Amino acid sequence: MSEHPGVPAAPGPRPTEMTLNMGPSHPTTHGIVRLKVQVQGEEITDCDLEIGYLHRGFEKMCENHPWNQCVVYVDRLNYVSPIINNVGYHMAVEKLLDLELPARGQWMRMLTSELMRVCDHQTCLAASCMELGAFTAFLYLIKGRDLIWEVLEKIVGARVTTSYTRVGGLALEPYEGMAEEILSLMPDLRDINTEIDKLMTDNRIFIDRTRGVGALDRATCLSYGFTGPVARAAGIEYDVRVQHPYMFYSQLDFDVPVCSNGDCYDRYLVRLREMEQSLRMVEQCLARMPRSGPVSVPDARVTLPEKELVYTRIESLMQHFKQHMWGHMLAPPPGAVYHAVEGGNGELGFYLVSTGAEQPWKVRCRPPCFGITQALKEMIIGRTIADVVPIFGSINMIGGELDR
Amino acid sequence: MSASSENTGFRDTGSWAGPELVQALRERFGEGLRAQSEAFGEQEITIRREILPALARCLRDEHGFEMLLDLCGVDHLGQREERFEVVYHFYGLAANRRLRVCVPLSGDQPELPTLCGLWKAADWYEREAWDLYGIRFAGHPDPRRLLLYDAFVGHPLRKDYKMKARQPLIGPGSRHEEDASHV
Repeated sequence: MSEHPGVPAAPGPRPTEMTLNMGPSHPTTHGIVRLKVQVQGEEITDCDLEIGYLHRGFEKMCENHPWNQCVVYVDRLNYVSPIINNVGYHMAVEKLLDLELPARGQWMRMLTSELMRVCDHQTCLAASCMELGAFTAFLYLIKGRDLIWEVLEKIVGARVTTSYTRVGGLALEPYEGMAEEILSLMPDLRDINTEIDKLMTDNRIFIDRTRGVGALDRATCLSYGFTGPVARAAGIEYDVRVQHPYMFYSQLDFDVPVCSNGDCYDRYLVRLREMEQSLRMVEQCLARMPRSGPVSVPDARVTLPEKELVYTRIESLMQHFKQHMWGHMLAPPPGAVYHAVEGGNGELGFYLVSTGAEQPWKVRCRPPCFGITQALKEMIIGRTIADVVPIFGSINMIGGELDR
Repeated sequence: MSASSENTGFRDTGSWAGPELVQALRERFGEGLRAQSEAFGEQEITIRREILPALARCLRDEHGFEMLLDLCGVDHLGQREERFEVVYHFYGLAANRRLRVCVPLSGDQPELPTLCGLWKAADWYEREAWDLYGIRFAGHPDPRRLLLYDAFVGHPLRKDYKMKARQPLIGPGSRHEEDASHV
Protein backbone atom coordinates (compact mmCIF):
# COMPACT_ATOMS: atom_id res chain seq x y z
CA MET A 1 0.00 0.00 0.00
CA SER A 2 1.89 3.01 1.17
CA GLU A 3 5.41 3.02 -0.15
CA HIS A 4 6.46 5.56 2.40
CA PRO A 5 8.99 4.09 4.85
CA GLY A 6 7.62 5.94 7.88
CA VAL A 7 4.08 4.68 7.44
CA PRO A 8 3.37 1.00 8.06
CA ALA A 9 0.72 -0.56 5.87
CA ALA A 10 -2.49 -0.84 7.84
CA PRO A 11 -4.10 -4.26 8.03
CA GLY A 12 -7.54 -4.78 6.58
CA PRO A 13 -9.16 -3.42 3.44
CA ARG A 14 -7.57 -0.61 1.46
CA PRO A 15 -8.84 2.72 2.78
CA THR A 16 -11.08 4.60 0.44
CA GLU A 17 -9.95 7.76 -1.19
CA MET A 18 -11.14 11.01 0.29
CA THR A 19 -10.76 14.70 -0.39
CA LEU A 20 -9.22 16.81 2.32
CA ASN A 21 -9.20 20.58 2.42
CA MET A 22 -6.11 22.18 3.89
CA GLY A 23 -6.72 25.88 3.98
CA PRO A 24 -7.46 28.57 2.90
CA SER A 25 -7.02 29.30 6.57
CA HIS A 26 -4.94 26.54 8.08
CA PRO A 27 -2.08 26.80 10.58
CA THR A 28 0.46 25.30 8.20
CA THR A 29 -0.47 27.53 5.28
CA HIS A 30 1.04 30.71 6.68
CA GLY A 31 -0.68 33.17 4.48
CA ILE A 32 -3.77 31.98 2.71
CA VAL A 33 -3.68 29.20 0.19
CA ARG A 34 -5.99 26.27 -0.32
CA LEU A 35 -4.69 22.77 -0.83
CA LYS A 36 -7.33 20.34 -1.97
CA VAL A 37 -5.65 17.00 -1.48
CA GLN A 38 -6.83 13.53 -2.41
CA VAL A 39 -5.71 11.07 0.21
CA GLN A 40 -5.65 7.31 0.31
CA GLY A 41 -5.20 6.69 3.99
CA GLU A 42 -2.25 8.93 4.85
CA GLU A 43 -0.85 9.05 1.35
CA ILE A 44 -1.51 11.98 -0.96
CA THR A 45 -2.51 10.83 -4.42
CA ASP A 46 -3.49 14.12 -6.00
CA CYS A 47 -3.58 17.78 -5.14
CA ASP A 48 -5.06 20.97 -6.46
CA LEU A 49 -3.60 24.23 -5.30
CA GLU A 50 -5.81 27.28 -5.19
CA ILE A 51 -4.09 30.63 -4.81
CA GLY A 52 -5.20 34.23 -5.18
CA TYR A 53 -6.71 34.82 -1.75
CA LEU A 54 -4.36 37.77 -1.27
CA HIS A 55 -4.74 39.21 -4.76
CA ARG A 56 -5.10 42.96 -4.31
CA GLY A 57 -4.62 44.15 -7.86
CA PHE A 58 -1.03 45.30 -7.36
CA GLU A 59 -0.45 46.00 -11.04
CA LYS A 60 -3.74 47.81 -11.54
CA MET A 61 -2.99 50.09 -8.60
CA CYS A 62 0.51 50.88 -9.87
CA GLU A 63 -0.83 51.67 -13.32
CA ASN A 64 -2.99 54.36 -11.75
CA HIS A 65 -0.41 56.02 -9.51
CA PRO A 66 2.63 58.19 -10.15
CA TRP A 67 5.98 56.42 -10.53
CA ASN A 68 7.18 57.57 -7.15
CA GLN A 69 4.06 56.54 -5.26
CA CYS A 70 4.01 52.87 -6.26
CA VAL A 71 6.51 52.19 -3.51
CA VAL A 72 3.80 51.57 -0.93
CA TYR A 73 2.31 48.82 -3.10
CA VAL A 74 5.73 47.34 -3.68
CA ASP A 75 6.25 47.05 0.10
CA ARG A 76 3.32 44.71 0.27
CA LEU A 77 4.68 42.18 -2.19
CA ASN A 78 7.12 40.34 0.01
CA TYR A 79 6.26 41.85 3.38
CA VAL A 80 9.00 39.87 5.11
CA SER A 81 11.76 41.67 3.23
CA PRO A 82 10.07 44.83 1.91
CA ILE A 83 13.21 46.89 1.37
CA ILE A 84 14.50 44.45 -1.24
CA ASN A 85 11.22 45.02 -3.12
CA ASN A 86 11.63 48.79 -2.78
CA VAL A 87 15.17 48.62 -4.12
CA GLY A 88 14.24 46.32 -7.01
CA TYR A 89 11.38 48.48 -8.19
CA HIS A 90 13.26 51.73 -7.93
CA MET A 91 16.36 50.39 -9.63
CA ALA A 92 14.16 49.46 -12.57
CA VAL A 93 12.67 52.97 -12.68
CA GLU A 94 16.16 54.46 -12.44
CA LYS A 95 17.24 52.30 -15.34
CA LEU A 96 14.46 53.89 -17.41
CA LEU A 97 15.57 57.34 -16.30
CA ASP A 98 19.30 56.62 -16.63
CA LEU A 99 19.98 57.75 -13.08
CA GLU A 100 22.81 56.60 -10.89
CA LEU A 101 22.72 56.99 -7.15
CA PRO A 102 25.52 58.57 -5.09
CA ALA A 103 27.74 55.91 -3.53
CA ARG A 104 26.38 56.40 -0.03
CA GLY A 105 22.81 55.81 -1.17
CA GLN A 106 23.80 52.61 -2.94
CA TRP A 107 25.69 51.27 0.09
CA MET A 108 22.68 52.05 2.26
CA ARG A 109 20.42 50.16 -0.12
CA MET A 110 22.74 47.17 -0.01
CA LEU A 111 23.08 47.33 3.75
CA THR A 112 19.34 47.39 4.36
CA SER A 113 18.73 44.74 1.70
CA GLU A 114 21.09 42.34 3.43
CA LEU A 115 19.54 43.03 6.82
CA MET A 116 16.18 42.27 5.24
CA ARG A 117 17.48 39.03 3.79
CA VAL A 118 18.49 37.95 7.28
CA CYS A 119 14.97 38.80 8.49
CA ASP A 120 13.43 36.87 5.62
CA HIS A 121 15.45 33.72 6.30
CA GLN A 122 14.90 34.05 10.05
CA THR A 123 11.15 34.24 9.59
CA CYS A 124 11.09 31.31 7.19
CA LEU A 125 13.24 29.10 9.40
CA ALA A 126 11.39 30.17 12.54
CA ALA A 127 8.02 29.16 11.14
CA SER A 128 9.19 25.94 9.56
CA CYS A 129 11.06 24.81 12.70
CA MET A 130 8.10 25.65 14.92
CA GLU A 131 5.73 23.62 12.79
CA LEU A 132 7.97 20.62 13.35
CA GLY A 133 7.72 21.13 17.09
CA ALA A 134 10.87 23.19 17.65
CA PHE A 135 9.25 26.10 19.42
CA THR A 136 12.53 27.22 20.98
CA ALA A 137 14.06 27.80 17.57
CA PHE A 138 11.08 29.95 16.69
CA LEU A 139 11.53 32.15 19.75
CA TYR A 140 15.27 32.57 19.24
CA LEU A 141 14.90 33.49 15.58
CA ILE A 142 12.06 35.92 16.15
CA LYS A 143 14.11 37.55 18.89
CA GLY A 144 16.88 38.02 16.32
CA ARG A 145 14.46 39.47 13.82
CA ASP A 146 13.26 41.93 16.39
CA LEU A 147 16.82 43.12 17.03
CA ILE A 148 17.07 43.98 13.34
CA TRP A 149 13.61 45.51 13.23
CA GLU A 150 14.48 47.88 16.04
CA VAL A 151 17.42 49.28 14.10
CA LEU A 152 15.27 49.30 11.01
CA GLU A 153 12.66 51.32 12.80
CA LYS A 154 15.30 53.97 13.44
CA ILE A 155 16.60 53.93 9.87
CA VAL A 156 13.24 53.81 8.11
CA GLY A 157 10.61 54.85 10.62
CA ALA A 158 8.64 51.63 10.18
CA ARG A 159 8.99 47.97 10.99
CA VAL A 160 7.08 46.20 8.26
CA THR A 161 5.89 48.50 5.49
CA THR A 162 9.10 50.37 4.97
CA SER A 163 8.69 52.43 1.76
CA TYR A 164 12.34 53.25 2.23
CA THR A 165 13.54 54.09 -1.24
CA ARG A 166 12.53 56.79 -3.68
CA VAL A 167 13.26 57.21 -7.36
CA GLY A 168 16.86 58.39 -7.34
CA GLY A 169 17.54 57.85 -3.67
CA LEU A 170 16.27 57.15 -0.22
CA ALA A 171 13.47 58.60 1.87
CA LEU A 172 15.75 59.39 4.80
CA GLU A 173 19.40 59.94 5.63
CA PRO A 174 20.98 57.31 7.89
CA TYR A 175 20.89 58.40 11.53
CA GLU A 176 23.84 59.32 13.68
CA GLY A 177 25.46 56.27 15.27
CA MET A 178 23.73 53.74 13.00
CA ALA A 179 26.91 51.90 12.07
CA GLU A 180 27.94 51.40 15.70
CA GLU A 181 24.48 50.20 16.65
CA ILE A 182 24.33 47.64 13.86
CA LEU A 183 27.84 46.42 14.62
CA SER A 184 26.90 45.96 18.26
CA LEU A 185 24.12 43.57 17.17
CA MET A 186 26.41 41.32 15.17
CA PRO A 187 27.56 39.10 18.06
CA ASP A 188 23.93 38.55 19.15
CA LEU A 189 22.78 37.73 15.64
CA ARG A 190 25.69 35.31 15.16
CA ASP A 191 24.94 33.70 18.52
CA ILE A 192 21.39 33.06 17.39
CA ASN A 193 22.63 31.40 14.21
CA THR A 194 24.95 29.21 16.27
CA GLU A 195 22.14 28.30 18.64
CA ILE A 196 19.88 27.35 15.76
CA ASP A 197 22.70 25.36 14.21
CA LYS A 198 23.17 23.46 17.47
CA LEU A 199 19.45 22.97 18.00
CA MET A 200 18.45 21.86 14.54
CA THR A 201 21.26 20.78 12.23
CA ASP A 202 22.00 17.47 13.99
CA ASN A 203 18.57 17.09 15.54
CA ARG A 204 17.30 13.56 14.94
CA ILE A 205 13.62 14.58 14.79
CA PHE A 206 14.33 17.47 12.43
CA ILE A 207 16.48 15.35 10.13
CA ASP A 208 13.86 12.58 10.00
CA ARG A 209 11.18 15.04 9.07
CA THR A 210 13.15 16.96 6.45
CA ARG A 211 15.87 14.86 4.82
CA GLY A 212 14.77 13.45 1.49
CA VAL A 213 11.40 15.19 1.89
CA GLY A 214 10.12 17.43 -0.89
CA ALA A 215 13.18 16.80 -3.03
CA LEU A 216 13.14 17.81 -6.68
CA ASP A 217 16.03 17.24 -9.04
CA ARG A 218 17.98 19.98 -10.76
CA ALA A 219 16.30 19.60 -14.16
CA THR A 220 12.80 19.84 -12.68
CA CYS A 221 13.80 22.90 -10.68
CA LEU A 222 15.11 24.58 -13.82
CA SER A 223 11.93 23.72 -15.68
CA TYR A 224 9.87 25.38 -12.96
CA GLY A 225 12.14 28.42 -13.03
CA PHE A 226 13.37 28.05 -9.44
CA THR A 227 15.75 30.72 -8.18
CA GLY A 228 17.05 31.66 -4.76
CA PRO A 229 17.68 29.37 -1.76
CA VAL A 230 15.35 26.62 -2.99
CA ALA A 231 17.21 26.43 -6.32
CA ARG A 232 20.61 26.56 -4.63
CA ALA A 233 19.57 23.70 -2.37
CA ALA A 234 19.11 21.65 -5.55
CA GLY A 235 22.55 22.51 -6.88
CA ILE A 236 21.65 25.39 -9.17
CA GLU A 237 24.40 27.93 -8.67
CA TYR A 238 22.39 30.99 -9.49
CA ASP A 239 22.38 34.15 -7.45
CA VAL A 240 21.45 37.45 -9.07
CA ARG A 241 24.07 39.20 -6.94
CA VAL A 242 26.77 37.07 -8.57
CA GLN A 243 25.52 36.48 -12.10
CA HIS A 244 24.10 39.98 -12.64
CA PRO A 245 25.83 42.10 -10.01
CA TYR A 246 24.11 45.39 -9.28
CA MET A 247 25.19 48.28 -7.06
CA PHE A 248 28.51 47.31 -5.40
CA TYR A 249 27.88 43.58 -4.97
CA SER A 250 30.75 42.70 -7.29
CA GLN A 251 33.12 44.39 -4.83
CA LEU A 252 31.97 42.41 -1.80
CA ASP A 253 33.55 39.24 -0.50
CA PHE A 254 30.89 36.59 0.06
CA ASP A 255 30.13 32.96 -0.72
CA VAL A 256 27.01 31.50 -2.24
CA PRO A 257 26.05 28.37 -0.27
CA VAL A 258 24.95 25.54 -2.54
CA CYS A 259 23.72 22.04 -1.66
CA SER A 260 22.79 19.17 -3.92
CA ASN A 261 19.85 17.13 -2.62
CA GLY A 262 17.15 19.76 -3.10
CA ASP A 263 15.17 18.52 -0.08
CA CYS A 264 13.78 20.44 2.88
CA TYR A 265 16.91 19.81 4.91
CA ASP A 266 19.17 21.34 2.27
CA ARG A 267 16.88 24.34 1.97
CA TYR A 268 17.27 24.83 5.70
CA LEU A 269 21.07 24.56 5.44
CA VAL A 270 21.26 27.03 2.55
CA ARG A 271 19.18 29.60 4.43
CA LEU A 272 21.17 29.18 7.62
CA ARG A 273 24.47 29.66 5.81
CA GLU A 274 23.16 32.57 3.78
CA MET A 275 22.31 34.45 6.96
CA GLU A 276 25.97 34.34 7.93
CA GLN A 277 26.98 35.55 4.46
CA SER A 278 24.51 38.42 4.69
CA LEU A 279 25.93 39.43 8.07
CA ARG A 280 29.39 39.45 6.50
CA MET A 281 28.07 41.70 3.75
CA VAL A 282 26.48 44.03 6.30
CA GLU A 283 29.86 44.45 7.99
CA GLN A 284 31.57 45.15 4.69
CA CYS A 285 28.90 47.68 3.71
CA LEU A 286 29.37 49.50 7.01
CA ALA A 287 33.15 49.52 6.62
CA ARG A 288 33.10 50.83 3.07
CA MET A 289 30.13 53.20 3.12
CA PRO A 290 31.05 56.91 3.04
CA ARG A 291 30.20 58.48 6.40
CA SER A 292 28.87 61.64 4.82
CA GLY A 293 27.52 62.83 1.52
CA PRO A 294 24.18 62.71 -0.26
CA VAL A 295 22.06 59.56 -0.48
CA SER A 296 19.90 60.81 -3.35
CA VAL A 297 20.74 62.17 -6.78
CA PRO A 298 20.91 65.98 -6.92
CA ASP A 299 18.33 66.05 -9.69
CA ALA A 300 15.42 68.46 -9.35
CA ARG A 301 13.15 66.16 -11.38
CA VAL A 302 13.19 63.37 -8.83
CA THR A 303 14.57 64.42 -5.46
CA LEU A 304 12.63 66.58 -3.05
CA PRO A 305 14.32 69.79 -1.88
CA GLU A 306 15.18 70.39 1.78
CA LYS A 307 12.06 71.32 3.69
CA GLU A 308 13.65 74.50 4.98
CA LEU A 309 14.35 75.66 1.45
CA VAL A 310 10.75 74.98 0.42
CA TYR A 311 9.68 77.63 2.93
CA THR A 312 12.36 80.16 2.06
CA ARG A 313 13.14 79.90 -1.66
CA ILE A 314 10.72 80.15 -4.55
CA GLU A 315 12.70 77.67 -6.72
CA SER A 316 12.53 74.99 -4.07
CA LEU A 317 8.85 75.65 -3.46
CA MET A 318 8.17 75.21 -7.17
CA GLN A 319 10.29 72.08 -7.29
CA HIS A 320 8.31 70.62 -4.40
CA PHE A 321 5.01 71.60 -6.01
CA LYS A 322 5.90 70.17 -9.39
CA GLN A 323 6.86 66.84 -7.94
CA HIS A 324 3.44 66.41 -6.38
CA MET A 325 0.96 67.77 -8.93
CA TRP A 326 -0.47 65.80 -11.83
CA GLY A 327 0.70 67.32 -15.05
CA HIS A 328 4.11 68.26 -13.67
CA MET A 329 5.44 65.04 -12.25
CA LEU A 330 8.22 62.69 -13.13
CA ALA A 331 7.68 61.04 -16.53
CA PRO A 332 10.36 58.58 -17.69
CA PRO A 333 10.95 58.28 -21.44
CA PRO A 334 8.95 55.61 -23.33
CA GLY A 335 10.43 52.14 -23.27
CA ALA A 336 10.50 48.87 -21.41
CA VAL A 337 13.06 47.59 -18.93
CA TYR A 338 13.57 44.47 -16.86
CA HIS A 339 15.65 44.68 -13.74
CA ALA A 340 16.17 41.92 -11.21
CA VAL A 341 17.54 41.84 -7.69
CA GLU A 342 18.11 38.87 -5.42
CA GLY A 343 15.10 38.80 -3.13
CA GLY A 344 14.65 36.62 -0.07
CA ASN A 345 13.18 33.89 -2.28
CA GLY A 346 15.23 34.37 -5.43
CA GLU A 347 15.12 36.50 -8.52
CA LEU A 348 12.78 39.40 -7.91
CA GLY A 349 12.38 41.01 -11.30
CA PHE A 350 10.47 44.09 -12.36
CA TYR A 351 9.40 44.55 -15.95
CA LEU A 352 8.27 48.13 -16.45
CA VAL A 353 6.65 49.64 -19.52
CA SER A 354 6.59 53.42 -19.85
CA THR A 355 4.71 55.39 -22.45
CA GLY A 356 6.31 58.62 -21.33
CA ALA A 357 3.40 59.33 -18.99
CA GLU A 358 3.42 60.25 -15.32
CA GLN A 359 2.24 56.81 -14.29
CA PRO A 360 3.56 53.42 -15.38
CA TRP A 361 1.83 51.68 -18.28
CA LYS A 362 2.73 48.37 -16.74
CA VAL A 363 4.51 47.23 -13.58
CA ARG A 364 5.10 43.52 -13.76
CA CYS A 365 6.65 41.86 -10.74
CA ARG A 366 8.25 38.48 -11.30
CA PRO A 367 7.53 36.88 -7.93
CA PRO A 368 10.29 34.46 -6.95
CA CYS A 369 8.05 32.08 -5.00
CA PHE A 370 5.58 31.69 -7.89
CA GLY A 371 7.28 28.80 -9.67
CA ILE A 372 8.26 27.23 -6.36
CA THR A 373 4.69 27.23 -5.08
CA GLN A 374 3.52 25.82 -8.39
CA ALA A 375 5.87 22.89 -7.84
CA LEU A 376 4.35 22.18 -4.42
CA LYS A 377 1.94 19.75 -6.04
CA GLU A 378 4.76 17.70 -7.47
CA MET A 379 6.61 17.78 -4.14
CA ILE A 380 3.74 16.42 -2.05
CA ILE A 381 2.15 13.80 -4.32
CA GLY A 382 3.15 10.38 -3.03
CA ARG A 383 4.04 11.74 0.39
CA THR A 384 1.96 11.83 3.55
CA ILE A 385 -0.15 14.59 5.06
CA ALA A 386 2.52 15.10 7.73
CA ASP A 387 5.11 15.82 5.03
CA VAL A 388 3.09 18.75 3.73
CA VAL A 389 4.13 20.70 6.82
CA PRO A 390 7.94 20.72 6.35
CA ILE A 391 7.60 21.04 2.58
CA PHE A 392 5.29 24.02 2.78
CA GLY A 393 7.55 25.64 5.37
CA SER A 394 10.66 25.17 3.28
CA ILE A 395 9.38 26.76 0.08
CA ASN A 396 8.67 30.02 1.93
CA MET A 397 5.49 30.93 0.12
CA ILE A 398 4.78 34.62 0.65
CA GLY A 399 1.16 35.42 -0.15
CA GLY A 400 1.88 39.05 -0.96
CA GLU A 401 4.25 38.37 -3.82
CA LEU A 402 2.54 35.18 -4.95
CA ASP A 403 -0.91 36.71 -5.40
CA ARG A 404 0.07 40.39 -5.85
CA MET B 1 24.20 61.51 -14.46
CA SER B 2 26.70 60.34 -11.90
CA ALA B 3 27.10 62.00 -8.55
CA SER B 4 29.93 59.78 -7.42
CA SER B 5 33.37 59.11 -8.75
CA GLU B 6 32.94 55.42 -7.98
CA ASN B 7 31.22 53.99 -11.01
CA THR B 8 29.06 50.95 -10.41
CA GLY B 9 28.44 50.13 -14.03
CA PHE B 10 24.72 50.35 -13.47
CA ARG B 11 23.95 49.64 -17.10
CA ASP B 12 26.00 46.47 -17.02
CA THR B 13 23.58 44.88 -14.57
CA GLY B 14 22.02 41.84 -16.04
CA SER B 15 23.91 39.99 -18.66
CA TRP B 16 21.94 39.86 -21.90
CA ALA B 17 22.36 37.88 -25.10
CA GLY B 18 24.49 39.47 -27.78
CA PRO B 19 23.74 40.23 -31.45
CA GLU B 20 25.28 36.92 -32.59
CA LEU B 21 22.33 35.03 -31.10
CA VAL B 22 19.86 37.25 -32.93
CA GLN B 23 21.83 36.69 -36.12
CA ALA B 24 21.63 32.92 -35.66
CA LEU B 25 17.89 33.13 -35.00
CA ARG B 26 17.39 35.34 -38.03
CA GLU B 27 19.13 32.83 -40.27
CA ARG B 28 16.97 30.07 -38.88
CA PHE B 29 13.58 31.81 -38.76
CA GLY B 30 13.95 34.55 -41.39
CA GLU B 31 10.75 36.55 -41.64
CA GLY B 32 9.49 35.14 -38.35
CA LEU B 33 11.67 37.64 -36.55
CA ARG B 34 9.95 40.97 -36.93
CA ALA B 35 12.17 43.31 -34.99
CA GLN B 36 15.11 43.49 -32.67
CA SER B 37 16.11 46.07 -30.09
CA GLU B 38 18.92 46.63 -27.65
CA ALA B 39 17.44 49.55 -25.75
CA PHE B 40 18.79 49.90 -22.19
CA GLY B 41 21.30 47.17 -22.99
CA GLU B 42 18.57 44.52 -23.03
CA GLN B 43 18.32 42.15 -25.96
CA GLU B 44 14.74 42.03 -27.16
CA ILE B 45 13.26 40.35 -30.21
CA THR B 46 9.74 40.66 -31.55
CA ILE B 47 8.46 37.62 -33.38
CA ARG B 48 5.45 36.35 -35.31
CA ARG B 49 3.08 34.26 -33.29
CA GLU B 50 3.43 31.24 -35.59
CA ILE B 51 7.10 30.61 -34.86
CA LEU B 52 6.83 30.79 -31.06
CA PRO B 53 6.90 27.04 -30.24
CA ALA B 54 9.72 26.33 -32.69
CA LEU B 55 11.70 29.34 -31.51
CA ALA B 56 11.24 28.44 -27.85
CA ARG B 57 12.34 24.87 -28.48
CA CYS B 58 15.34 26.11 -30.45
CA LEU B 59 16.29 28.51 -27.64
CA ARG B 60 16.03 25.77 -25.02
CA ASP B 61 17.68 22.91 -26.86
CA GLU B 62 20.22 24.62 -29.10
CA HIS B 63 21.11 27.84 -27.29
CA GLY B 64 20.99 26.72 -23.66
CA PHE B 65 18.09 28.84 -22.43
CA GLU B 66 17.07 26.41 -19.71
CA MET B 67 14.76 28.71 -17.81
CA LEU B 68 11.56 30.53 -18.61
CA LEU B 69 11.97 33.16 -15.94
CA ASP B 70 8.92 35.22 -16.65
CA LEU B 71 5.88 35.45 -18.86
CA CYS B 72 3.36 38.26 -18.79
CA GLY B 73 0.75 39.93 -20.92
CA VAL B 74 0.65 43.61 -21.83
CA ASP B 75 -2.36 45.55 -23.10
CA HIS B 76 -1.34 48.35 -25.47
CA LEU B 77 -4.88 49.67 -25.97
CA GLY B 78 -4.73 52.98 -27.78
CA GLN B 79 -0.94 52.78 -28.06
CA ARG B 80 -0.34 50.23 -30.77
CA GLU B 81 -2.22 48.69 -33.63
CA GLU B 82 -1.85 45.20 -32.24
CA ARG B 83 -3.50 45.52 -28.89
CA PHE B 84 -1.97 42.71 -26.88
CA GLU B 85 1.51 41.44 -26.40
CA VAL B 86 2.94 38.49 -24.49
CA VAL B 87 6.43 39.05 -23.12
CA TYR B 88 8.75 36.11 -22.32
CA HIS B 89 11.99 36.38 -20.38
CA PHE B 90 14.34 33.48 -21.01
CA TYR B 91 17.56 32.81 -19.18
CA GLY B 92 20.50 30.55 -19.97
CA LEU B 93 22.42 29.54 -16.89
CA ALA B 94 25.65 28.26 -18.43
CA ALA B 95 26.13 31.18 -20.80
CA ASN B 96 24.63 33.57 -18.23
CA ARG B 97 22.47 35.53 -20.62
CA ARG B 98 18.93 36.77 -20.75
CA LEU B 99 16.68 37.24 -23.74
CA ARG B 100 13.31 38.93 -24.03
CA VAL B 101 10.88 37.70 -26.65
CA CYS B 102 7.77 39.76 -27.44
CA VAL B 103 4.82 38.33 -29.33
CA PRO B 104 2.30 40.98 -30.47
CA LEU B 105 -1.29 39.75 -30.86
CA SER B 106 -4.11 41.50 -32.60
CA GLY B 107 -7.84 41.44 -31.90
CA ASP B 108 -9.84 41.25 -28.70
CA GLN B 109 -9.64 37.45 -28.45
CA PRO B 110 -5.88 36.92 -28.60
CA GLU B 111 -4.55 33.40 -28.71
CA LEU B 112 -1.15 31.81 -29.05
CA PRO B 113 0.31 28.33 -28.55
CA THR B 114 1.18 27.12 -25.07
CA LEU B 115 4.74 26.44 -23.92
CA CYS B 116 3.65 24.02 -21.18
CA GLY B 117 5.32 21.13 -22.98
CA LEU B 118 8.69 22.85 -22.84
CA TRP B 119 8.77 24.44 -19.40
CA LYS B 120 6.67 23.47 -16.40
CA ALA B 121 6.79 27.11 -15.31
CA ALA B 122 4.61 28.05 -18.28
CA ASP B 123 1.54 26.43 -16.70
CA TRP B 124 0.78 29.01 -14.01
CA TYR B 125 2.19 31.96 -15.94
CA GLU B 126 -0.16 31.24 -18.82
CA ARG B 127 -3.11 30.73 -16.50
CA GLU B 128 -2.32 34.09 -14.95
CA ALA B 129 -2.12 35.81 -18.35
CA TRP B 130 -5.50 34.28 -19.25
CA ASP B 131 -6.96 35.36 -15.92
CA LEU B 132 -5.77 38.96 -15.96
CA TYR B 133 -5.63 39.73 -19.70
CA GLY B 134 -7.89 37.17 -21.37
CA ILE B 135 -5.11 35.82 -23.55
CA ARG B 136 -5.78 32.21 -24.53
CA PHE B 137 -3.01 29.66 -24.76
CA ALA B 138 -4.03 26.93 -27.17
CA GLY B 139 -3.20 23.46 -25.92
CA HIS B 140 -2.89 24.44 -22.27
CA PRO B 141 -3.74 21.34 -20.19
CA ASP B 142 -5.63 23.21 -17.46
CA PRO B 143 -6.88 26.57 -18.72
CA ARG B 144 -8.59 27.84 -15.56
CA ARG B 145 -8.28 31.21 -13.90
CA LEU B 146 -5.42 31.37 -11.40
CA LEU B 147 -5.65 34.37 -9.09
CA LEU B 148 -9.32 35.24 -9.44
CA TYR B 149 -12.37 33.08 -8.89
CA ASP B 150 -14.44 31.31 -11.53
CA ALA B 151 -17.42 33.65 -11.19
CA PHE B 152 -15.32 36.74 -11.93
CA VAL B 153 -16.45 38.56 -15.07
CA GLY B 154 -13.85 40.11 -17.35
CA HIS B 155 -10.08 40.43 -17.20
CA PRO B 156 -9.00 43.16 -14.80
CA LEU B 157 -5.63 44.15 -16.24
CA ARG B 158 -7.14 45.04 -19.58
CA LYS B 159 -6.95 48.78 -19.94
CA ASP B 160 -10.70 49.04 -20.58
CA TYR B 161 -11.45 47.40 -17.22
CA LYS B 162 -12.20 50.31 -14.87
CA MET B 163 -10.07 50.48 -11.76
CA LYS B 164 -13.12 50.99 -9.55
CA ALA B 165 -15.29 48.34 -11.21
CA ARG B 166 -17.15 46.14 -8.75
CA GLN B 167 -18.03 42.48 -9.03
CA PRO B 168 -20.99 40.72 -7.39
CA LEU B 169 -20.22 39.29 -3.96
CA ILE B 170 -19.71 35.57 -3.76
CA GLY B 171 -19.54 33.19 -0.84
CA PRO B 172 -21.82 32.58 2.14
CA GLY B 173 -24.96 34.69 2.15
CA SER B 174 -24.65 35.85 -1.43
CA ARG B 175 -26.80 34.87 -4.38
CA HIS B 176 -23.87 33.10 -5.94
CA GLU B 177 -23.88 30.54 -3.14
CA GLU B 178 -27.05 28.88 -4.39
CA ASP B 179 -25.52 27.69 -7.63
CA ALA B 180 -22.04 27.18 -6.24
CA SER B 181 -21.00 23.81 -7.52
CA HIS B 182 -17.40 24.11 -6.40
CA VAL B 183 -18.06 23.82 -2.66
